Amino acid sequence: MRLTVTRKALFHLLLAVGAVTMLLPFLWMISTSLKPEPEIFRFPPVWLPRLWKWANYTQAMQAAAFGRYFINTVIYAVVVTASNLLLCSMAAYAFARLRFRGRNLLFILTLGTMMVPGQVTMVPVFILLKRWPFVGGNDWLGLGGHGLLNTYVGLVLPGAVGAFGIFLLRQFFMTLPRELEDAARIDGCSEAGIYWRIILPLSTPALATLGIFTFTAAWNEFLWPLLITSKDSMRTLQLGLQVFQTQYTTRWDLLMAGTVVVTLPVLFLFLAGQRYFTRGIALSGIKG
Amino acid sequence: MAVASVSAAQREERTAYLFLAPGLALFFLFVLIPVVAALYLSFCRYDMIHSPVWIGGANYARLGKDLASHDVFYLSVRNTAQYAIGTIPLGMALALALALLVNAGLRGVTLYRTTYYLPVVTSLVAISMVWMWLYDPTYGLLNYGLELLSRAASALTGRQVVIPPQTWLANPNQAMPAIILMSIWRGLGYNMVIYLAGLQGIPEHLYEAATIDGATRWQRFRAITWPLLKPTTAFIFVVSVIGASQVFAQVYVMTNGGPNNATTTIVHQIFQNAFSFMKMGYASAMAFVLFAIILVLSLVNLRLLRGGEVEYA
Repeated sequence: MRLTVTRKALFHLLLAVGAVTMLLPFLWMISTSLKPEPEIFRFPPVWLPRLWKWANYTQAMQAAAFGRYFINTVIYAVVVTASNLLLCSMAAYAFARLRFRGRNLLFILTLGTMMVPGQVTMVPVFILLKRWPFVGGNDWLGLGGHGLLNTYVGLVLPGAVGAFGIFLLRQFFMTLPRELEDAARIDGCSEAGIYWRIILPLSTPALATLGIFTFTAAWNEFLWPLLITSKDSMRTLQLGLQVFQTQYTTRWDLLMAGTVVVTLPVLFLFLAGQRYFTRGIALSGIKG
Repeated sequence: MAVASVSAAQREERTAYLFLAPGLALFFLFVLIPVVAALYLSFCRYDMIHSPVWIGGANYARLGKDLASHDVFYLSVRNTAQYAIGTIPLGMALALALALLVNAGLRGVTLYRTTYYLPVVTSLVAISMVWMWLYDPTYGLLNYGLELLSRAASALTGRQVVIPPQTWLANPNQAMPAIILMSIWRGLGYNMVIYLAGLQGIPEHLYEAATIDGATRWQRFRAITWPLLKPTTAFIFVVSVIGASQVFAQVYVMTNGGPNNATTTIVHQIFQNAFSFMKMGYASAMAFVLFAIILVLSLVNLRLLRGGEVEYA
């Protein structure tokens, strides 16, 4: 399709106006986070603070235990990502490459779990974790203590594997040529060896996609940590930020400094691994 | 040889079950059992302190009565529907328009795509807080925009035009539209990237042939782009409907369902009943109503959207 120069200019103009609209809230967030308090409440507003008040950041970090929230979030997101990569790829390998009785039925059941909204299982999973026997002061009936609530295990376990990840990796594994495996099999390599030494190394792009998606989702997850943690020392960044907001409702300088800190790591991850994001969307989107 | 091959097949089967075991065990523990438990709880009164008490269909009857008398659950269903109707058609139309512009063969496509996608990766909590600040009735950027707009209108028309500042999230009539606007902004990039992938799958020669035949831009869109994008549109639509029926975080952070229940949604009600009022059984019944709504909508959507798929060789 050829475009006339005026049309091109018009398209660029429309896209640029849209792009500025998309960026505006982010710019406003950064601008506010660096303003001294009187400048925040200036009307008409100013975009560039006359005085850049970096102290807002240190003050926000001290006002709530953001360091602790950060560590909790990193632990949660990293462990969930690692376990999803491992468990999803193992299941996907079995579904894509191995022959066994009940394969179709188990695969359909696995996909079926995607149909169940998290809100349906949320209450029983909460009860299950609270009443997990022999941990957190619980007896064998799961009574007496708090079970796995307020623990990393409780935070991670229910999301340690996902049907979408299994599906995504299975689709990818099925596109890999079988010649290498057959050669390895003839050489006496075990199935586990084929999975670990051949399939996984060949699947780095798909694993990176799933990894980045899982990590971002875990980093941004709100509802689950909200249910499972009540102690301040176990909160994740999203939760800490929300509690911070209810305590400092009008301190927009500190609140925006907090949001910048919470947002930046994922933005960097996105900018660094962008092609994996778009590839993942294409993988999940086109075939619907 | 026969013996060896049998044992090889057995070994393969054993490996398969071993590889599947951890994943399936987790599904069993955290999806299958909880679904059955939730179904049971939805027929019980349960507050987590006392044992569940079987009360038959009373929770569902109460939901029915609530719906009939336009009580809180009715409001949450109505608000969720409003949210879906407000976000989906407009959001999809904007995403398609942007995808078409980005796909028109301009320079700087990657930059635009990145920019539009940024809000998608940022957390709803953080983004909700930024928008609360934008919506601030006194110092918010949006009301300042309205003031600029009224000044521009005054200058253009030569008459005094005043657009008064709005209270947005504090106003029962504006709170849901405000949440909708923010959510469209946030979801745009996701839908755009899916549309882009769909557009890139349409063979260029179709457009060339149509252009030679003298088809206008609009005719090419009607005859080629739109029909060939139908699977993409169907996918985005189904995913959007499912997502919209589960809207929660932005509501919880920005308004907590208020003012006066104007923004409470189904999931917000489930959360409140289960974890604030400790009515786990009632909340489970709500969750199953939500499950049913999602299931029915998805099936209807798929049925409606499946017909009339087009293929051009």
